[in-house]
Amino acid sequence: MSCGVLAIAEQVNGVFRKVTYEALSEGRRIADGLGCSLSVAVLGSGIKSNSESLGKYGADRILVADDALLEEYMTDTYTNVIAGIVSKEKPCVIILGASSRGRDLSARLSARLDSSLAMDCISVRLDAGNVIVTRPMYGGKILAELTLEGEPRIIAIRPNSMKIAESQKAGAVEVITADAGVTALKFVEKKLETGKMELTEADVVVSGGRGMGGPDYSSIENLAGLLGGAVGASRSAVDEGWRPHSDQVGQTGKVVSPNLYIACGISGAIQHLAGMSSSKVIVAINKDPEAPIFAKADYGVVGDLFEIVPLITEEIKKVKGL
Amino acid sequence: MKEEQKLEVIVLLKQVPSTESFVSISENGLSVKTDDVKWVINPYDEFAVEEALRIKEAHGGSGSVTILSVGTEKAVEAIRTALAMGADKGILINDSAAYNCDGLQTAKILAAAIKNMPFDMIVAGQRAVDGDNYMVGSAVAEFLNIPAVTMVMKETIADRKITCSRTVEGGTVVVEAPLPALITTQRGLNEPRYASLPGIMKAKKKPLEIKSLKDIGLDAAGIGGSKTKIISLKYPPERKGGKIIAGETAADKARALVKALHEEAKAV
Repeated sequence: MSCGVLAIAEQVNGVFRKVTYEALSEGRRIADGLGCSLSVAVLGSGIKSNSESLGKYGADRILVADDALLEEYMTDTYTNVIAGIVSKEKPCVIILGASSRGRDLSARLSARLDSSLAMDCISVRLDAGNVIVTRPMYGGKILAELTLEGEPRIIAIRPNSMKIAESQKAGAVEVITADAGVTALKFVEKKLETGKMELTEADVVVSGGRGMGGPDYSSIENLAGLLGGAVGASRSAVDEGWRPHSDQVGQTGKVVSPNLYIACGISGAIQHLAGMSSSKVIVAINKDPEAPIFAKADYGVVGDLFEIVPLITEEIKKVKGL
Repeated sequence: MKEEQKLEVIVLLKQVPSTESFVSISENGLSVKTDDVKWVINPYDEFAVEEALRIKEAHGGSGSVTILSVGTEKAVEAIRTALAMGADKGILINDSAAYNCDGLQTAKILAAAIKNMPFDMIVAGQRAVDGDNYMVGSAVAEFLNIPAVTMVMKETIADRKITCSRTVEGGTVVVEAPLPALITTQRGLNEPRYASLPGIMKAKKKPLEIKSLKDIGLDAAGIGGSKTKIISLKYPPERKGGKIIAGETAADKARALVKALHEEAKAV
């Protein structure tokens, strides 16, 4: 029986998101386990030469749909093109990042193809040909293992949860004819903050909560900046209007799993803990020694964050030889 | 100014355990215990109810807002709350064959119910905070063959077109769709109103229909089998935590912390 794994790349202005490499690396592992090949679909405009690099992450074939109509992600055009590729290639597994775009695309695609879909997967394993995924539910309070039935199965992986592994394959670029089809959606404009580190992809997240006492996050921004990380916030800080909604970490915000999470002035409500407890190392800085966050933190510092955070920043500079 | 055309708006609503709830796994290891949890409207659906009411109000107020839910008898409470906020009528699909459906099956049920209803707009939560599937809204739109815009922070409707600002990593994208269309909500879209006391009184008399799958022209075969099967539920690994950095002064603590992060955790 023929089979194949299809990864879907995600690029913005010709640059691949990190989760694309995670999806490819995991897709390679699945393909090896099933004894089949890995293809990657790249959609966009003027992206052919950039796509060649994807062979490095284990793609046997790189299917490029290059069309002016695909310059911006639109649910309908992208779904049409991917559905076309699926009907031709008949993959048994489709893997992509569960970014805002990936979630939008995978949900629509699953309904179009009448396919099983598991969102935000944090691990994938094979068991006698079955594909078994682990994904969080209830904002991370529960981890569910699921089997996905039928083909293709769509696996949307949570950013920052899979290892990126290089394994050079042939990775020949094949330009495919894409039928973007009829489109109801019209792109108007995009406003992207350049240089802003995306919370869900950051290796380090420094978050501030109610203890910040106001919208001045400069001490946190300095520390995050030094570590090449992103700034997050608790729900109460967002509700106070100190930080934008897009910075909120928690069950009703973003779930993050960085290498290092530093919670400053955050007491640790259950909803916040759900959003960050899969981080590898957690540091909590809080005045209140009884704050529940300390029970989840690998390292706790009891004290005034306004005093301690700048001192930590200085110490890290020393360690880094700056 | 010409009279804006009235708009019929449908809200997809799910009742879920409140986010403050501790969720515990049943003895069978395949479901969660629901006896002791506090049930609420899914927070993202609350934004959807509010946005639907604002859409109706912005278009002369003569349209209607219909709440549509799939759930058990208990979900009536959540629908009544939405009616108390100002929605006009509610429909609950309560059928034992619809219990424990996955996202795709739920979307098939909702789409089948909507097929026989007049509508200009559907508003849904981006996800329900129990299953966290981010799936039902988009799938309903696909089954109804209408455009969907997900994670909407802001919308305006004019001349049978909706212009939406949707959040993406690092910013926003503005897209336009012709009506009828479906949108899903993002935090920041609005501040949901509370149900007023007169609203609560009025809600008791508002129409709330309870339907079976047969009533909407479906049967168990029509929704197909579940394509995702839970084989186990577990709690995430318990974090040990609790190591408090000692030190006389703030500077001592900062130094000790960075030393531990650098040498022990290798995190900086």
